[in-house]
Amino acid sequence: MQTSDYILSAVRVEKGFPGTKALDKVDFHLRRGEVHALLGENGAGKSTLIKCLTGAYRRDGGTIMLDGAQVDPRDTFDAQRLGIGTVYQEVNLLPNLTVAENLFLGRQPRRFGMIDVRAMNRRARDLLADYELDLDVTRDLASYPVAIQQVIAIARAVDLSGKVLILDEPTASLDAHEVAMLFRIVRRLKARGLGIIFVTHFLEQVYEISDRITILRNGQLVGTRETADLDRRELITMMIGRELAAEIHSTRAETAEGALRYRFRNYGRKGRIDPFNLDVRAGEVVGMAGLLGSGRTETAELLFGVYRADSGTAEIDDRAVDLSSPRAAIHHKFGFCPEDRKTSGIVGDLSVRENIVLALQARRGWTRPIARAEQNRLADHYIRMLDIRTADREKPIKLLSGGNQQKAILARWLATEPEFLILDEPTRGIDVGAHAEIVKLIESLREKGMSLLVVSSEIEELVAYSTRIVVLRDRAHVAELDGQRITAHQIVEAIAATNERRPS
Amino acid sequence: MKQKYLPLTATILIFLLGYALCAAQYPNMLSTRVIGNLLTDNAFLGIAAVGMTFVILSGGIDLSIGSVIAFTGVFLAVVLEHTSLHPLVAFVTVLGIATLFGAAMGAIIHYLEMPPFIVTLAGMFLARGMAFVLSIDSIPIKHPFYATLKGLYFKLPGGGRITLIGGLMLLVFAIGILIAHRTRFGTNVYALGGGTATARLMGVPVAATTIRIYALSGLLAGLSGIVFSLYTSAGYSLAAVGVELDAITAVVIGGTLLTGGAGFVAGTLFGIFIQGLIQTYITFDGSLSSWWTKILIGLLLFAFILLQKGIIYVSHHRQQRA
Amino acid sequence: MTATIRLYVNRLLPQLIALAVIVAAVSLVFPGFFHLEIQNGRLYGSLVDILNRGAPVVLLAIGMTVVIATKGIDLSVGAVMAICGATAASAITSGHSLAETLLITLAVGALCGLWNGVLVAVLDIQPIIATLVLMVAGRGIAQLITEGAILTFNHPGLIFIGSGSFAGLPMPVVIWLVFGALVAVLVRRTALGMLIEAIGVNRQASTLSGVLTPVLLIAAYVLSGVCAAIAGIIAAADIRGADANNAGLWLELDAILAVVVGGTSLLGGRFSIAASVLGAIIIQAINTGILLSGFPPEYNLIIKAAIIVFILVLQSPRCRAAFAFLMPARGANKTTERAAK
Repeated sequence: MQTSDYILSAVRVEKGFPGTKALDKVDFHLRRGEVHALLGENGAGKSTLIKCLTGAYRRDGGTIMLDGAQVDPRDTFDAQRLGIGTVYQEVNLLPNLTVAENLFLGRQPRRFGMIDVRAMNRRARDLLADYELDLDVTRDLASYPVAIQQVIAIARAVDLSGKVLILDEPTASLDAHEVAMLFRIVRRLKARGLGIIFVTHFLEQVYEISDRITILRNGQLVGTRETADLDRRELITMMIGRELAAEIHSTRAETAEGALRYRFRNYGRKGRIDPFNLDVRAGEVVGMAGLLGSGRTETAELLFGVYRADSGTAEIDDRAVDLSSPRAAIHHKFGFCPEDRKTSGIVGDLSVRENIVLALQARRGWTRPIARAEQNRLADHYIRMLDIRTADREKPIKLLSGGNQQKAILARWLATEPEFLILDEPTRGIDVGAHAEIVKLIESLREKGMSLLVVSSEIEELVAYSTRIVVLRDRAHVAELDGQRITAHQIVEAIAATNERRPS
Repeated sequence: MKQKYLPLTATILIFLLGYALCAAQYPNMLSTRVIGNLLTDNAFLGIAAVGMTFVILSGGIDLSIGSVIAFTGVFLAVVLEHTSLHPLVAFVTVLGIATLFGAAMGAIIHYLEMPPFIVTLAGMFLARGMAFVLSIDSIPIKHPFYATLKGLYFKLPGGGRITLIGGLMLLVFAIGILIAHRTRFGTNVYALGGGTATARLMGVPVAATTIRIYALSGLLAGLSGIVFSLYTSAGYSLAAVGVELDAITAVVIGGTLLTGGAGFVAGTLFGIFIQGLIQTYITFDGSLSSWWTKILIGLLLFAFILLQKGIIYVSHHRQQRA
Repeated sequence: MTATIRLYVNRLLPQLIALAVIVAAVSLVFPGFFHLEIQNGRLYGSLVDILNRGAPVVLLAIGMTVVIATKGIDLSVGAVMAICGATAASAITSGHSLAETLLITLAVGALCGLWNGVLVAVLDIQPIIATLVLMVAGRGIAQLITEGAILTFNHPGLIFIGSGSFAGLPMPVVIWLVFGALVAVLVRRTALGMLIEAIGVNRQASTLSGVLTPVLLIAAYVLSGVCAAIAGIIAAADIRGADANNAGLWLELDAILAVVVGGTSLLGGRFSIAASVLGAIIIQAINTGILLSGFPPEYNLIIKAAIIVFILVLQSPRCRAAFAFLMPARGANKTTERAAK
């Protein structure tokens, strides 16, 4: 095919790190005016390829053609100048600068050597008008929600580069409304002839927005397909290389028959979550469904004592209990895997072993150290049981992949033998293989009689393992589904129904 | 009002309130003479604090400025005593040395990825050491040009004087404000304070900016040293010990976040004024011992930290309610 | 057990080498450096002198290590030394017994640490700012106690702490050896060390895992305050008086430097008390070495700065990367891990 059809072509790109081949002669072609999804499990080479394209890494071999000319970006800034702009999941703008400063950082209009602030603000407003945004551009970026920041980042990248836009998991922290807004903008940019590379874990979004899909596995190209011709099962097979037969279809019990153990009445905290009633039985998985910001995480955190409840009562086995701090909750055999693994979950520099024994050690208190032999035994036990992939238990946990970090944090709580486990987005940002394993683990824990409360944005996943689903909206519990009513359709209906009433 | 102006407003209000209280007790403190002295007495500290503001805004710290001031003073005294160089030539030379010194620290911080705290600590030892090597005695400066410079002032109604060095400080503040808000370099400084990794991704020249920030701090510390030598008419290697601490205090009282990224050069000016006001009050009172200055400034620092904490807490709360 | 010892030696190797190089360099210029002799049952000599003179910084470094491990810093220790020296002098001169004096002084040090700890742990103020308050105000408070004068005393018991000897070693050395060993055992034989490291690496994750974060943070600063109190007593006992202006002046910087030279990261996490003690001894060896080598004292600071820069450059991430490059086996490992991420 002629090069001119493609805005960006990478041919036989290679990148090696000592001991591994991160990219093995990978070809990647991006057309003008297409959205091209780049998929693969963690470690498949997606981010390595992106980093080679944006100049964050220097490739070892192969050529990159941009607009028909060979390019060799030295760094991200150079790539930007050449026409390749990137927007990352965690907004890479500066929260303490104004919107206008963020848009024009490094290229502010000047008069007599001084920044012409009025011209800069005017141009910022003009630029954002193209993106349906009417903002006070003199306010700090931090005063706007993440979705708006994301659009500002896109506006900046497109304005700077204008040929290729790489979106690296841009939707991970957005709710459905915000994703829709983002996709409207992506379609508009596509119509303008930009080539857009879209990296994500959400397969629904891939099917919604992308024209073609390129799949990588173990640093090698598996194939590039037209999205319309590739069904989901085949896609997953290409990604993980084995038929993940029943994706995540479960053996869920229709209803939980265990004893009622946890009873929350009128439990809530002003400004976080409206008072709610919640009962959790033994051997039950309660799923929390709702949009981002609907109060799912807030409910989870309130139950674990991250915030103190300012109304209502909590009872365990008919006895009133105090859950005013994580320590208090842990004392009552609660466990909690937070949403943000990196900032609230892992203790990066410490070893896998230390991360696993941390909660148990904290509960025993500092005067009663767990003997080293016992620590080793615990760590090895959970590394084996959860199939945590690590060279050895003394490796700093920050060097593990996201899925393995998540398993280690699960191990941290399992080591305390919890009776009520709260999981906030346990499968976010991890690869398909680990995803399925965690879903399986949730089910096996339930079968053993543990009570679980799981927050997830993936409705299919909630349907698979929940025995009951609580639907949230605007920081309140608004509906409960159980038994036969737990279907993706019903949940979406419940969220959508409530959503219409939401002014937006 | 935008939230980022709150700490600055608080600083100015505290200064005005404090001044009003002082004036209520000692009406004499309203005289232009006191105001003129406030400027003159704090000129060297103010100039150095402008440099410190930039460093702190970028998320760094510069512990070397007191030593650089001392070195500059000793250098000038030695050069003027032993050579026939005109003071202006000596000024330019010493400013060059101080700037290079700062730039070198910036380069080490950036290229060797070492914490500014430690690098400038070594710089503090080094500059003080160089001052010792030049001379361990206090050397008076008797050059006639110094007398000329000290004779320059602008007379205020009411007998007060804005001396050359007092005026110079105000000028440095004005230029500092302009640099902070009207140049790309200024925005880059805030950008570094907001997050170095992000700033780098956004194309901020991190190396050049870091080096320039510390070079600017060095330059202003050198200028502050010149002003200090004009103020004391001497060079002494043990002078200006702990000035970095006073400068940091002024910056924090001025409403700049010590973690970087937020604050104003103008705030630092009022931070200096507040410190000067306390000293003036204690002088006026006469019965208070000098150590109360330190204790009071410490308390004020504490009050300001609490205030900033409170503002952040309240705005955070409001955002969550919204 | 031998594996543990090997791990320990590996950790301390850079510091031991640095110390050896400095000692060797000094002994070249000053041949009598290794000379030791016993007079009146007490060991004398340059080496002993280093250990003795280094006592205050060693003590401060012990507390500072734990504080830095929590991702904190304690700028106030020099000022706390002055406060505690002043407290001790004023207590002993106003007729309190030695035991009472020591107890009061340690309590004052602990109180200063408590203040810092509460600001950091409860009010959630960044450590560098929180401890700046006491650093600025502390000397004023010390002067308030001594009323601006140098408060002298001649209580033999208190003086003994500064210049007496026990088992052939000067008292300050005995004190820091015993105290350092106590703290090291306390943090490593209990779970304190690991919990402190966890807090330093990720405070939020630690709190969510049930670690009693505020209490441990406060404890770290209290320990630092107590260390400063002991250092303050030694410094005051040494000169038989409390000098509010100069006691412990800028020693906080030496202590931080000692911790950094000891290889504990200012970003918190992994720490080693023994390495920090070695770091403090290295700094004192530099000080003493320069004096003994007969350099004009004016050059002290410059040489010290140069040596410190050299050690720090060796430890800097860039240089480590270069080392990793030169030692392919270890370097390869690291990059693979990074790639796997």
